[in-house]
Amino acid sequence: MGKSGSVCADCGWLEQKTKNGGRFCLKHAVTRSDKELLAEACADFKPLETTTVLPAQPSPARALPTTAPPLFQRPDPDGFRAFLRDEKDFSLNDKLVTEREAVKRFIKPGDYIGFELYGTVRCPMSIVREVVRQKISRLRLMGQGLMDADFLIAAGLVTDMDITYVGYEAYGLSPILRRAVEAGSIRLAEWSNAAITWRLKAAAMGLPFLPARTMLGSDTLKRSPAKKMFDPFTGMPLVLLPALVLDAAVIHVHRADKFGNCQIDGISGFAIEMSRACKRLIISAEEIVDTEVFRERPERTAIPYFLVDAVVHAPFGAHPGETCGLYRRDEAHIKSYLESARSADGIKNYLDEFVRGVPDHDGYLKKIGGARLKSLKAGPHG
Amino acid sequence: MADEISAAERLACTAARLMKGSTTVFIGTGVPMLAAALARALYAPGLLPIFEFGGVGSPLEKLPLGVGEFNSFRRGVAALGICDVMEAAQRGVVRDGFLGGAQIDSYGNLNTTVIGPYAKPAVRLPGSGGANDVGSLCWRTIILMKHERKRFVEKIDFVTTPGYLTGPGARERAGLPPDTGPYRVVTDLGLFDFEPTAKRMRLIALNPGVTVERVVAETGFKLKLAERLARNDDPTPLELETLRRKIDPERVFL
Repeated sequence: MGKSGSVCADCGWLEQKTKNGGRFCLKHAVTRSDKELLAEACADFKPLETTTVLPAQPSPARALPTTAPPLFQRPDPDGFRAFLRDEKDFSLNDKLVTEREAVKRFIKPGDYIGFELYGTVRCPMSIVREVVRQKISRLRLMGQGLMDADFLIAAGLVTDMDITYVGYEAYGLSPILRRAVEAGSIRLAEWSNAAITWRLKAAAMGLPFLPARTMLGSDTLKRSPAKKMFDPFTGMPLVLLPALVLDAAVIHVHRADKFGNCQIDGISGFAIEMSRACKRLIISAEEIVDTEVFRERPERTAIPYFLVDAVVHAPFGAHPGETCGLYRRDEAHIKSYLESARSADGIKNYLDEFVRGVPDHDGYLKKIGGARLKSLKAGPHG
Repeated sequence: MADEISAAERLACTAARLMKGSTTVFIGTGVPMLAAALARALYAPGLLPIFEFGGVGSPLEKLPLGVGEFNSFRRGVAALGICDVMEAAQRGVVRDGFLGGAQIDSYGNLNTTVIGPYAKPAVRLPGSGGANDVGSLCWRTIILMKHERKRFVEKIDFVTTPGYLTGPGARERAGLPPDTGPYRVVTDLGLFDFEPTAKRMRLIALNPGVTVERVVAETGFKLKLAERLARNDDPTPLELETLRRKIDPERVFL
């Protein structure tokens, strides 16, 4: 959209902004304010009811400049509904499996996947390591991520990422993300934390998008496939966040039963939205408990069983990160990991040793060592 | 003691003083956490720190190392999720948002995405995280940064988080909520506000021992000066003691 004006969303002709905030349409030679335009649409406006097929691409005035990357996963609410009707099993089944089986069954090459986490907290690392071991490639990734994104990118398994933040806060940047982006080996689309979570929320609501007031005016918006439009009720400009349905999501929880009911202690990040915005959901749990735990306190259930496809028992499953209230972050391990991550060879050696060099999560825990793990256990106040 | 005061300590003390009387504050990672913990201990017992992953109202007796870490909600009043706190900011609940950044321009726009051209960056930075949401949705944004010429630049490489964008009225035209935007910039050299009409960054107070010339030399854009420049006080012994002994004894951020 240049300085001189923009293109009418309905007739496709140029319109110019006037001094008093109105728009002058070059085709119809009338001046109207944004509000009037909403009350009385352009003469060429076609109501949606008369069109049998929705346009694949939004009209030009609503599209952002061409710097925008493509949508890595297109919203498809009806496809999602049909999947939930035809493919998802809502019966009360025992879903307890090994991480090998969970990943083999529910994460496929080319899938759009995501892991729930905040920084190094409660990231399902045991499942991430299994994805690396099984070399599931061409993944598209929801990149509110950190060590999950780093491991998968370093292993060459990620083609595209919807990124919000990949960084180690007090410990600085991710050397792996830096190398991949600076070498151009991964495609990115930029989002804010709220935006990506609201994308999940839109999917969870069964909608194609949610409007929001964030990201507007920024380059973050220009480098995302989000769209802008005027709200038909108030006339205010809004960003439209496309719903994000994951092919597979992985969430690490404090406790689950074999059917997949889950409790999370403390903050829940985006676990609630993500668990309802995915086709397949793998749960890894610190502890497997009896279903009575949930029936006694049903208000504590963050994720009910029917959303879940697989349950994996993974004590210390977030290591070297932390699970709030149970164990602290392994600072020494993370520092040495970041040291390795500084070079391509270093991270390859790290993955060879701690990921590919162990058969499964049990083997990983043995490698880290019981004494070390015990020293990370949290006291009564964390 | 004064000669040993670090940049992070100066930033934290000035920012903590800005939180006097505050309630709802959105706290980003790094120095803002130090400032909030210091403010909670000395100046603002009613402070309600809000962290993006859902921690609300922690007294911050222990310093969070991450915005989703246990200490971000330890002994807090609520442990919620991203949606809850971001939606609160969007409907106008959060007064002040405290942010850091890699680059800033005279309109208070922040870059935490790339250094260099986007398609071929010299350095890929972490990305927006919650920063864009804080800068878009909180009533006032307070930015904490180390003052260096390479960070205070005429044109930032990427507008991750909106300040006043291209000038007066630009936020509103873009659709951001009215009456929002950067309020103060706190650096190790001084304190800055934004001119009420032109929305350009303006020096309003100098830190002890800092000259206007030095601030100008460390700023890559034409800096406006307030008619009367105030002097920030040095961090007090109590502030330093609290920061060093109680808040960050392991010196993670200090």
